[in-house]
Amino acid sequence: MIDFSIIASSMPNFFAGLKVTLVLLVISLATGLVLSIPLGVARVSSNPWIAKPVWLYTYVIRGTPLLVQLFIIYYGFAQIEFIRNSAAWSLFREAWFCVWLAFAINTTAYTTEIIAGALRATPSGEVEAARSIGMSTFDMYRRILLPSALRRALPQYSNEAVGMMHATAIASTVTLVDLTRVARDVYANHLVTVESFGTVAVFYFVLTFSLIGLFRLAERRWLKHLRPQELSHVNEPMVHAK
Amino acid sequence: MVNTRKVLTALALSAAAIVAAVCHAQAPDWKKIRIGVEGNYPPFSQIAPNGDLSGFDIDIANAICAQLKAECTLVKQEWDGMIPALNVKKFDAIVASMTISEERKKAVDFTDPYYDVRSRWVAKAGAFKDASPESLKGKKIAVIRNSPRAKFVADNYKGSDVLAVNKETDVYMELAAGRADVGFGSSVVSNEAFLKKPEGKGYAQVGPLVEVGGGLGVGIAIRKGDDALREKFNGALKAIMANGTYKKLADKYFDFDVTPAGAK
Repeated sequence: MIDFSIIASSMPNFFAGLKVTLVLLVISLATGLVLSIPLGVARVSSNPWIAKPVWLYTYVIRGTPLLVQLFIIYYGFAQIEFIRNSAAWSLFREAWFCVWLAFAINTTAYTTEIIAGALRATPSGEVEAARSIGMSTFDMYRRILLPSALRRALPQYSNEAVGMMHATAIASTVTLVDLTRVARDVYANHLVTVESFGTVAVFYFVLTFSLIGLFRLAERRWLKHLRPQELSHVNEPMVHAK
Repeated sequence: MVNTRKVLTALALSAAAIVAAVCHAQAPDWKKIRIGVEGNYPPFSQIAPNGDLSGFDIDIANAICAQLKAECTLVKQEWDGMIPALNVKKFDAIVASMTISEERKKAVDFTDPYYDVRSRWVAKAGAFKDASPESLKGKKIAVIRNSPRAKFVADNYKGSDVLAVNKETDVYMELAAGRADVGFGSSVVSNEAFLKKPEGKGYAQVGPLVEVGGGLGVGIAIRKGDDALREKFNGALKAIMANGTYKKLADKYFDFDVTPAGAK
């Protein structure tokens, strides 16, 4: 009953879909990371005029489904004369741009909160030490707060990255031919359910574990100080004080 | 140990009972029929904001069920998964304007056709002098994916770009949004859902209507081998065409004849 010949002949399509999924993931995460560092700093600002707008943005975006956000950008904006007649329409008419924009706005909101949370978790002693030697706020963020906060944010951020990777499947709803779309097309044209969705599940599975592997390497490098210390003298007889 | 054996026996017995019950429920006397419909293909099938289904497909399905005195459930299914859903028994028949094609016949059986309409090219009025592959070269064609029309475009318009959308109504939405230069869709849907509406102002048919399905018309798809059901449906179709029900339903939606060639 299981027919892998169809899957084998569709492999070039699956790999083309993989490329679309990967490009979407990379451009969305890269944009999200670049934007969410300043936004994360703004989010923990003591000035409400800076902190509140960022709070509102993450609140609204995290409170609505990504699919709805994408539909508003892709279908909704296309109905508004003002946007259709503006220069921006040359961008909004492209499915790629709409998807990238929606994904970037979405992941930025989540990543901003992750970074803000990591910043808040900074031990107060580190801030006091920086202040005591007269470090400016900018220097303090650059040298102390951000490096340690970004490190601490790594494990949570790896969840966000994997979540985003799974969310790229939503691109298939607006004509982009990503992995999920390829699977749905193979399924619709050849009527092989288990084979097409099973194959695409394996693709996503491998992607997930590659991502997790990359983050584990990053954590090993940047979170080394948090790992249990390896004992280098295990063979020496231990002296027990009684 | 004895307890374990008792439990296992009980489990096996109840499993057998469940299997027997399920098999019994599916014994095909066809007094209960589940029909797969789509909902994004006005005026054949559409979903009102309150979730109610309506349209020619829906009326035909209901008329056939009334004729058969069968209890029917309409199951909404996206176009994409229509045939697989039929084959995994999510429902027993598809009444969703499915064009009869040689490829689909490999996966499912069809009843006699219940209507036949052709396809239409639509673009901004005056944008193209005709719909030949030369005229549309380098242009973007919006067409519903995984359909005979999509195959027709892929086979005959190799010089054009294809915007393969997920449902028929998206063809006109993308056309109006300017994401496609020309749309290729059902002659009826393009008329009812677009050209007759304010959104379709300034758009017009390009070239003549096209026959893409090989002239087989639109039929009801059923699982391969459900011959009894097919015969029931064919009988009911004949009956509603003979007793005037079909014409009454068709006149609700169309001001032209949609009766398939063989049934005229």
